[in-house]
Amino acid sequence: MSAPNKSYDPVEVEALKPEEIERMREEALAAFAAADSLDALQEAKVAHTGGASPLALANREIGALPPHAKAAAGKLVGQARGAVNKALAGRQAELEAERDARVLVEESVDVTLPYDRVPAGARHPLTTLSERIEDVFVAMGYEVAEGPQAEAEWFNFDALNIGPDHPARGEADTFFVQGPDGGTESGVVLRTHTSPVQIRSLLGRELPVYVICPGVVYRTDELDATHTPVFRQVELLAVDEGLTMADLKGTLDHMVQSLFGEGMKTRLRPNFFPFTEPSAEMDMVCYVCRGESVGNPDRPCRTCSSEGWIELGGCGMVNPKVLTACGVDPEKYSGFAFGFGIERMLMFRHNVEDMRDMVEGDVRFTRPFGMEI
Amino acid sequence: MRVPLSWLREYVDLPATQTGRDVQAKLISAGLEVETVEHLGADLKGPLVVGQVLTIEELEGFKKPIRFCTVDVGQANGTGEPQEIVCGARNFAVGDKVVVVLPGATLPGGFSISARKTYGKTSHGMICSSDELGMGDDGTHGIIVLPPETEVGKDAIELLELVDEVLDIAVTANRGDCLSIRGVARETAIAYGLPLRDPALIDVPGPNAFGYPVQVSDPYGCDRFTARTVTGLSPEARSPIWLQRRLQKVGMRPISLAVDVTNYVMMELGQPLHAYDRSLVQGTIGVRRAAEGEKIVTLDGVERKLHAEDLVITDDRGPIGLAGVMGGANTEIADHQEGEGTTDVVIEAAHFNAVSIARTARRHKLSSEASRRFERGVDPQAAAAAAQRTVDLLVLLAGGTAEAGVTEVIAPSAPHTISVPANHPDKVAGVDYGRETVVRRLQEIGCDVYGQDELIVTVPSWRPDLTEINDLAEEVIRLEGYENLPSTLPKLPSGRGLTHRQRLHRRVGRALAGAGYVEAPNYPFISEQIFDQLLLEADDPKRRVVKLTNPLSDEEPALRTSLLPGLLGALRRNNGRGSHDLALFETGLVFLPRAEQRVAVALPVDRRPTDEEIAELDAALPEQPRHVAAVLAGAREQAGWWGKGRPADWADAVEAGRAVAREAGAELVVRKGQYGPWHPGRCAEFVLVVDGAETVVGHAGELHPRVVKALGLPERTSAMELDLDAVEAVGNDTPQAPRISTFPVATQDVALVVDKFVPHADVEAALRDGAGELLEGIRLFDVYENEEQLGEGRKSLAYALRFRAADRTLTVEEASAARDAAVALAGERVGAVLRG
Repeated sequence: MSAPNKSYDPVEVEALKPEEIERMREEALAAFAAADSLDALQEAKVAHTGGASPLALANREIGALPPHAKAAAGKLVGQARGAVNKALAGRQAELEAERDARVLVEESVDVTLPYDRVPAGARHPLTTLSERIEDVFVAMGYEVAEGPQAEAEWFNFDALNIGPDHPARGEADTFFVQGPDGGTESGVVLRTHTSPVQIRSLLGRELPVYVICPGVVYRTDELDATHTPVFRQVELLAVDEGLTMADLKGTLDHMVQSLFGEGMKTRLRPNFFPFTEPSAEMDMVCYVCRGESVGNPDRPCRTCSSEGWIELGGCGMVNPKVLTACGVDPEKYSGFAFGFGIERMLMFRHNVEDMRDMVEGDVRFTRPFGMEI
Repeated sequence: MRVPLSWLREYVDLPATQTGRDVQAKLISAGLEVETVEHLGADLKGPLVVGQVLTIEELEGFKKPIRFCTVDVGQANGTGEPQEIVCGARNFAVGDKVVVVLPGATLPGGFSISARKTYGKTSHGMICSSDELGMGDDGTHGIIVLPPETEVGKDAIELLELVDEVLDIAVTANRGDCLSIRGVARETAIAYGLPLRDPALIDVPGPNAFGYPVQVSDPYGCDRFTARTVTGLSPEARSPIWLQRRLQKVGMRPISLAVDVTNYVMMELGQPLHAYDRSLVQGTIGVRRAAEGEKIVTLDGVERKLHAEDLVITDDRGPIGLAGVMGGANTEIADHQEGEGTTDVVIEAAHFNAVSIARTARRHKLSSEASRRFERGVDPQAAAAAAQRTVDLLVLLAGGTAEAGVTEVIAPSAPHTISVPANHPDKVAGVDYGRETVVRRLQEIGCDVYGQDELIVTVPSWRPDLTEINDLAEEVIRLEGYENLPSTLPKLPSGRGLTHRQRLHRRVGRALAGAGYVEAPNYPFISEQIFDQLLLEADDPKRRVVKLTNPLSDEEPALRTSLLPGLLGALRRNNGRGSHDLALFETGLVFLPRAEQRVAVALPVDRRPTDEEIAELDAALPEQPRHVAAVLAGAREQAGWWGKGRPADWADAVEAGRAVAREAGAELVVRKGQYGPWHPGRCAEFVLVVDGAETVVGHAGELHPRVVKALGLPERTSAMELDLDAVEAVGNDTPQAPRISTFPVATQDVALVVDKFVPHADVEAALRDGAGELLEGIRLFDVYENEEQLGEGRKSLAYALRFRAADRTLTVEEASAARDAAVALAGERVGAVLRG
């Protein structure tokens, strides 16, 4: 753009005509309004606001006007240009909005399409349920203890007050490990319960001992809908000064409340286990019917067979003989322990009907359980 | 132990309103596990009457023999006319007394009886078998023939005691006393606070010198032996209905009067008894340990070779019984139906050592009603009463004569006493019972109690299980009610949370599941043939296995040394069930025999074993490291609207191993390997380097095609297995934070041509070392092979190098210099040439 002409000839210069300016403005506004696309608007913009546009030329002429006419002309052109620019911006915004709306619609997708490119994996519910139980006790201050699965008979039986002739030992359905050179005597079995970890904990840890022992155990049962030769237990052991059966009861109550909700409770029934004395069978209130199905044929409960209680496992006060075998003074220390099967709990907690589903590794069974339960 | 409520009521005056369910609840609360209450005859409805068979007409022309009978049922049918009945059984004759169900009645199982046409006749009812009446096995498998003296027309429901309730109790190993009606009745009496009429409290004549001679040579094995003799038994005498019915209700089969009576008294008092045919016993009855190699044929017809620890009953010839387990065939009571029959019997009521009986029963795999009781504890004081009860019943029911001679051989013993602080039960329970309650409860179970703060408790003869102070505490607490225990929580010291190993185990599971793997835990039982299928070398250490003496299946006697057999089995199973795109993982123990196998000895239990003893025990166990394994088949990425899928391959398997190492914070060297089940060209080995020493801790890659074929796996199945414990041991769970520079990055790409068999890992290592500390990151982004452009046996590896300095913006020259140094070192080490 050239600089304003300063060597004007006042005789030759005519004052700008207001109606001319007005016409330019009207023409520009009409052109913008008529533009039906951003491209058309761009053309109109060049035509009406560009360097060669009438208003631009008019503006340039202001410089050539005599000083007395400059102010009025400047105001006239300035107002017109202002209005034109405003109209341009307005139309620009309108057309952009129209374009955006159209383009974004065109770009829309079907958000219901699946994206199972790499289907999700899952951890086995027996693993995650076991961890869930561990976490309840870890939060209370217990530590998780482990032990070997091929275990010395002394740990699995003798130290637990199951002597060589104890009836429980004959009935234990134990897998025995072959001895050296294929002999039958090895003194090693596949552990029949997680209780040997109690012994290892008492021998290997400082008193007091508060441990939770999850793990795989073995019995010589054939696999069927309700039995499996390889299954998982969780065992708890607390040995401290002054522990009582009431503490055992409270600990069990806390566990079932943590796992099954407020208001849950347990029931102890006398039983016999060599490694606890007194011993008890522990039941929990049925978490589905909360006992309301008992004697109520209108409201049968599948989970507890309308018994109101679900059998959990065994428990009791650690037999002083067990403490003695571990070098713990039974005069000073007492303890409680309990153990139960994870498979059973998974069955009633998650409505598993057949034990085989839990051991066959079918991905259709495991996937729905995800990462945690 | 099955306990008929009617029998129980004989010794405890339970209120008439108490049902089986009520008694069950009371006994459960007291500690007896009453599993079920069977309601016998619950849906039984008469008329069910005694009839006498008047005529029998054999009907011809049917597939099986059919009889048309007329039966006198007295006035029970309302007319007094003979009842016409069609019957398929044949074990009765004209004149026999039978049980007749008349039209309008309902038999167990809801079987309604009405007159109906059958075999061309109309049958007005049925002649009943014991099965049809739900009575249990009577050994005849035919219809019931009643004793001739039974009155015609009499109600058979009452006569046969068909309506009753039977408690089925799972008796725990410590409560041998409850393997008898007497014991359960005592618990019932205590639970209800009612007196017990003890059936063992009967008059018993004292021992004298005229009894059958008995010589006990092993008073430790047999501390009591009572012998009585009854003569002149009528061989025709049969057990009366009431006795048969009680035996049936407790689950025993009536056999013959003498046997039935000994069984009956055993059920009543818990004392196992044996009756010898006196005419077959030669000379003195002895009790001794067997001589090694001695033999006996037991009542079940099995010849058994005896062990020197077996306790036997003998006569002059040798063993006539396996003491406390089973009698011998050579002195068996002869059934009355077999010719002559037994008329004189010697009755044995003895007490044997529990451990000895348990061992013998286990050794001969022979668990009998007698051995079950002796193993769990029998009341030695009840032996004389049991013998007397048997004598009385034989005299009463078989017309026998009790001989005056009474033999009793008794090894002297003192009653067992326990000294227990009076507040011990309170301390165990966490409840203030108080001395008075403690003493009362102990007295209720039959203890004699003396003392104030320290109680001297003499336990009753029928409770040999009460030996320690906690046993007494349990008695008090259970009788006070476990349900009344308060609920308190101990105050724990602070725990330290999960260990590194435990946390890693969880992290590995989450990482693999997050990568799309599904956990599939498997049994550890394997067949040794699997090692051939996995192409392991003959001397592969994984072939050394731990074996079981009693595996579930003889096909799979060994414990796994690798997770792959089980996991590949799960893969095949899933594939067979129609899931073809599979990624599975497992973490679990493997079992590796020690170089030197030893026997794990039994340590003492009366003290803490020494650390050396524990270490020795542990050294006798197989090593049991935790492994992790993953297997893949089918598509790793599925095809879909986004485009093509991608099959699972060796690289996924290797990456699974890397993922595990990442979780552990372990530096895992991945290099080309060659091992058993893997494709020799597509196998990576995982190596840990500790202090310069390399250990191979696992493998990954595509499986060998022969393995795939042998195991029936999907083509191109890939697998990874890694020793998780080894990885954990070198893992670092405190990664150090890198310094983050905010100066701009300078990126340089290089394409290097190398020999085809040069591993990327070596090229990258050279580039890293050559680039120096300005190198922030390096990434292989392309592998390219083209014979025309690169030459035969060559490949091009393209890397993006990212350079950055901590303290300044790098100049192009600096970055290029670092790149050139990297390329130069790669050239030097692996012969890499910058691609033109």
